[in-house]
Amino acid sequence: MTAVVSAQALGKRYRRRWALTDCTLEIPAGHVTGLVGPNGAGKTTLLNLAAGMLEPTTGTIEVCGGRPAAGPAQLAKVGYVAQDTPVYAGLSVQDHLTLGARLNPRWDAGLARARIAALGLDPAQKAGRLSGGQRAQLALTLGLAKRPELLILDEPVASLDPLARREFLQALMEAVAEDGFSVVLSSHLVADLERVCDHLLVLVDSRVRVAGDVEELLATHHRLTGPRRDPGSLPADQHVVSASSTDVQSTFVVRTDQPIHDPAWTVGRLTLEDVVLAYMSPGAAARPALEAVR
Amino acid sequence: MIEFSLDSRSGVAPYLQLVQQVRQAMRLGLLHEGDRLPTVKDVVAALAINPNTVSKAYRELELEGLVAARQGVGTFVTRTLAGDSLAAHDPLRRKLVRWLAEARRAGLDEESIEALFAATFRATGSGAATEQDIA
Repeated sequence: MTAVVSAQALGKRYRRRWALTDCTLEIPAGHVTGLVGPNGAGKTTLLNLAAGMLEPTTGTIEVCGGRPAAGPAQLAKVGYVAQDTPVYAGLSVQDHLTLGARLNPRWDAGLARARIAALGLDPAQKAGRLSGGQRAQLALTLGLAKRPELLILDEPVASLDPLARREFLQALMEAVAEDGFSVVLSSHLVADLERVCDHLLVLVDSRVRVAGDVEELLATHHRLTGPRRDPGSLPADQHVVSASSTDVQSTFVVRTDQPIHDPAWTVGRLTLEDVVLAYMSPGAAARPALEAVR
Repeated sequence: MIEFSLDSRSGVAPYLQLVQQVRQAMRLGLLHEGDRLPTVKDVVAALAINPNTVSKAYRELELEGLVAARQGVGTFVTRTLAGDSLAAHDPLRRKLVRWLAEARRAGLDEESIEALFAATFRATGSGAATEQDIA
């Protein structure tokens, strides 16, 4: 796999507090990768390090084959839409495009103009007076017109209403369909990620709890419900992700490539959200991280 | 032309949902030989879905011999499924109707019937069950 982001023992300390410690991961190129995890897992710090907004305290990170923000060529490769899609409230829409054109060597003015027109935005409008959805679309336009190899988005849709969220993700996916750049996006909204991401990475306490192809994650995880049983008695190919039992019943989330034949189990399908929650649950954290990167 | 939809609660991978919807539309006679499927970009725009997912679904349908991609023109249905399915399976369906009636006479309610079917379906799914098991 060609990695678009690759981190080795990466760490970041703010004064005394470590926001990220000993983080090692790879994100494949040519995919839309979803980054999920509980608050405080280090997602925003990781994305800021990848974008070159922060310097690592320990370890190394490589993005598109270079050190983040190492020089103009490297900066041109990576687009970054920070948390809550910030824009300059006092500048007009046109000012933003002018600024983009001045700051970015590969700026695609035609694309930027066409997108602003398609969105029906008035170029003279001050960005501070746009709706949340329009602001997000303006920030996305700046990221796309930069023509990056990798576009990083930190929680881009968290504060948007459902319609604006859908429109934002549609615009992003259409751009990916046309230009095929890599995307890394963090979100709490796993149901949205299931549609737009083909790769997923669950980060808990700076560690990759699970990473993989979304379809493969869906196909290989099952919920088993049946008479109480010791997790150790399951077949060797069934890796237990989470387990809970009452005095008579056991419920397991397992990962396996093999079909489940045991007729004692009721086998349930899991949504991506169920899979993510199973890996994020405290019970899952108590066990060593599963070797799930394939 | 058909329109796709996605059920995010089903636990079925999005690409498989698209594949199933095309097959279903063909069985129901909504899609015939020569009909064009929506372009990848149209589906992406309509559903806010990853383009690789749509491409994968179309590749899968191509492998099954149900559609063919024509460079620069689009993806077209190459077979007609409507008609053969329901009519051809009528004897099986009649047997199933008889079995269901029997199950109800035995006192099974809908959930019990579904559970029995699901458990049996899984137990025989791998080809593990033989006529001996049934006998």
